[in-house]
Amino acid sequence: MQPITPEDIQIRIDQLAGQNLYVHLELTTGAYASHLDSTRHPASAFISNAAVRYTQGSISGTGPYRVGLKTTQGWVYAEGLTHVDETEKERLILAGHDSQGKLIVALQLSRETF
Amino acid sequence: MKAEDYTAMKNQQTEHQRILVVFPHPDDEAFAASGTLAKYIDSGAQVTYACLTLGEMGRNMGIPPFASRVTLPAIRKEELAASCLAIGIQDLRMLGFHDKMIEFEDQQRLDNEIMALLQELSPSLVITFYPGYSVHPDHDATGAAVIRTIGRLPAAERPLVHCVAFASNHERAIGKADMIVDVTAFLEEKMASIRAHRTQFQAAELVGNQELTDEEIRTRFGTEPFWTYRFD
Repeated sequence: MQPITPEDIQIRIDQLAGQNLYVHLELTTGAYASHLDSTRHPASAFISNAAVRYTQGSISGTGPYRVGLKTTQGWVYAEGLTHVDETEKERLILAGHDSQGKLIVALQLSRETF
Repeated sequence: MKAEDYTAMKNQQTEHQRILVVFPHPDDEAFAASGTLAKYIDSGAQVTYACLTLGEMGRNMGIPPFASRVTLPAIRKEELAASCLAIGIQDLRMLGFHDKMIEFEDQQRLDNEIMALLQELSPSLVITFYPGYSVHPDHDATGAAVIRTIGRLPAAERPLVHCVAFASNHERAIGKADMIVDVTAFLEEKMASIRAHRTQFQAAELVGNQELTDEEIRTRFGTEPFWTYRFD
């Protein structure tokens, strides 16, 4: 994973617009959040391989970054993105890592299922 | 013989020929039981480790992150094999369930897989998580499936079950561990097993980024507690 360069991500978002895609969207505090600190509320959600098609999308902010995708019937949104898997050329693999390096948010788009 | 005498007798039997370990995530074996397993293997035991998932939903990607959500399963698969090699585990089975989803899986499918392993291997000892006292929902669901499946066997055919527990309230509910294994003679194997999980062990709550002294390693990793599961 490499830190996000927003200009590069914008190009990738534009390249994937207007196509039938699969999305993996995830937000997680981790299953140990309240075990390690009882004041924390553990919360996680993910959806994998949901079919999605967006007409326009952009990356925003000064880092950590936000991404919003306007779909045919609604929106896909993620905040807190910091890293991209730079080895992936076809798929867009974005993630947000917290100060300890742990994944806290993920937004992934692909023409094939994950 | 009373049930508790029978359990006590089996517990004293330190030599096990065949052991089945069932945990959901690569690295569970490293932190919970690697020293104990290395010790049993050193005495001649054959160990089968059934690892239910590849830990593909884990949050640790290495520091700095060298894995991603999409590369994590393949990387953790290699880490798991390296950990098993470090411990000396002869037989690794990766059962292919999805990380975080064990509690939502088809229970029958899960139980059937575990029953098939019990029938194939006839272990004298099974090591798993204590259902309800193991923090991660996958841990609790794995332990519950193992206990449920072994509970279906006639009492005389049940292997001894040693459970790992670490929820903050666990001693209030299930008492102190009745089996505390001194693994100081096997810390080399244990630390090699832990460090094989390269994406994971540097996390602050696990080992961290600091080099540990031998004394710190002995204090933090020198014993492994287990609770014998009572079916009655």
